[in-house]
Amino acid sequence: MRPLLDIRGLHTEFRTGAGIVRAVDGISYTVNAGETVAIVGESGSGKSVGAMSILRLIPDPPGRITAGEVLFDGRDLLKLSEEEMRRLRGSQIGMIFQEPMTSLNPVLTIERQLTETLEQHRAATRAQAVERAMDLLRLVGIADAGRRLQQYPHQLSGGMRQRVMIAIALACDPKLIIADEPTTALDVTIQAQILELMKELTQRLNIALIVITHNLGIVARYATRVNVMYAGRIVESGSAAAIYHDPRHPYTIALLRSVPRLDRPRQARLEPVEGQPPDLTRLDAGCAFRPRCRFAVDACAGSRPVLQRAGDGDHFAACFRAGEFTATDQAA
Amino acid sequence: MTTPLLEVKGLRMHFPITEGIVTRRTVGEVKAVDGVDFTVGRGETLGLVGESGCGKTTTGRCILRLENPTAGSIVYDGVDIASLGQREMVKLRQKIQVIFQDPFSSLNPRMKIGQIIAEPMKVHGIEPDAAKRQARVLELLTTCGLNAGFADRYPHEMSGGQRQRVGIARALAMNPEFIVCDEPVSALDVSIQAQVINLLEDLREKFGLTYLFIAHDLSVVRHLCQRVAVMYLGRIVELADSDELFDNPQHPYTKALLAAVPVPDPLVEQGRVFRPVQGEVPSPINPPSGCVFHPRCPSAVASCKVSRPETRETRPGHFVACTEV
Repeated sequence: MRPLLDIRGLHTEFRTGAGIVRAVDGISYTVNAGETVAIVGESGSGKSVGAMSILRLIPDPPGRITAGEVLFDGRDLLKLSEEEMRRLRGSQIGMIFQEPMTSLNPVLTIERQLTETLEQHRAATRAQAVERAMDLLRLVGIADAGRRLQQYPHQLSGGMRQRVMIAIALACDPKLIIADEPTTALDVTIQAQILELMKELTQRLNIALIVITHNLGIVARYATRVNVMYAGRIVESGSAAAIYHDPRHPYTIALLRSVPRLDRPRQARLEPVEGQPPDLTRLDAGCAFRPRCRFAVDACAGSRPVLQRAGDGDHFAACFRAGEFTATDQAA
Repeated sequence: MTTPLLEVKGLRMHFPITEGIVTRRTVGEVKAVDGVDFTVGRGETLGLVGESGCGKTTTGRCILRLENPTAGSIVYDGVDIASLGQREMVKLRQKIQVIFQDPFSSLNPRMKIGQIIAEPMKVHGIEPDAAKRQARVLELLTTCGLNAGFADRYPHEMSGGQRQRVGIARALAMNPEFIVCDEPVSALDVSIQAQVINLLEDLREKFGLTYLFIAHDLSVVRHLCQRVAVMYLGRIVELADSDELFDNPQHPYTKALLAAVPVPDPLVEQGRVFRPVQGEVPSPINPPSGCVFHPRCPSAVASCKVSRPETRETRPGHFVACTEV
């Protein structure tokens, strides 16, 4: 079966005063129809830039996609004209951003923001579009849809705004939704509502979902596959179970160890990932995680390890010592 | 039990809502904090958790007297902060310090790190001698895990985690007893959070500090705090020892809150039945009658709409404001 989205060797870089930043430095992964894939990593790891590159929403200058292929339904999105790309965004691929207040237009009513997409992509008449907008609001669980359509974003709560964002993303029956930290700005009980809604809708409507997050709990609850990013590369990739129970990259291991757990009694001490995140303008030839890695050996300074099969099925890790870690090393 | 270091009783902080440009008249009130009682023992860490708008930060600001509370008493070491004059409060602020959430906006971008840390010592006249002050700055930097060389740098040259360490060093400069930590790790990356949490723990031990730890991340709170108070819409709904609260939550809101947090373990998550609490937090301008949680509460009964539930001690040290537990 051909995957819905097939990203191959994607490179995106930014030219800055401090030098060239390779924000995305050769990432490859696939997303199957209806599947939920999580991209995990800390700020600056390239997880958002990677997703924005799929939709070609990288501001140029200073950014540029320098190499790679983004095959969506067999078509390379990087080769499409700007006009073709514009038709695809918002119709076949929906997008949900972190901060619903800044991604909705503050001077347009909710109705206008929803119908705009429909009129643009579906050539719907005004009446049809309004009808569909009502249905969409009901679909995302907004009561009193008629009144809400006439309101402006500032009149809605954060959770409500994010529901509107989801409605907009769903408006044209997309095959793929990219959600960039969709719940980071929300409170936990609202976060839970939004995530459940997204899960339910993507399953029911068979929409593939790419969730970008730094919350390891959300990944565990919702993702089927996980890509862990560090310094612009995917350092580990696998099923959620493999990543959490048999992590093969020292960064993943360290990350899982460093988070306090709500379901466990107070422990003596946390084991943080020591050191600072890397400065992407000053990467050397070796593994980017090496300065913070407690398993680093001499070979790690020589070259950056590439993703290699690290276990059963589709489990890959970019570490020279991926095969050596024991259960004691991995224990979270 | 020995007398607590801090005792908050019946704390209320209502902000007026005004209308009009020339003649401002009050048209309503935001009941940010609406009758809160708790104590913090010396050397203890009390967690204050809740969602945005529940009044946890305002409670912290009242203790720092960055707000003048509408009613209630805040007794710190035998002195009622709420009724102190400006001059006495300035003195007391040496003992009560604060660490803010956002290490980007809480450090002056035009000051060097060394100046930022030295500033409170200068203001309070703790170390009038410049050379000694400088030595103290370097000592504080080292204590907080930063290279002494950072004293000559500016905030923008540092990462979020490093900046938060500067914020901590600045708070420590006064040799405080009590620190209000307002979401000190929420703005940091996961891998850096643990570093700062460990630092806070080390400092607590080394200097015998008492923390009021305000946060919304329940996992962090469970790890760091001995006791935890859960706030909802300006009130404390449940207060208990940390492990007790997380293993045996009583109040329906606490249960909903805990259920909403996903655990980083797919196996655990598969086994959890998950039904998020419905609805959103109501406005504190016009809070629901009776128990403020009743519109969203799965176990609400008729009386919940009418009378505000008293806080009861259901087990030793476990306080719950709910009639149905």
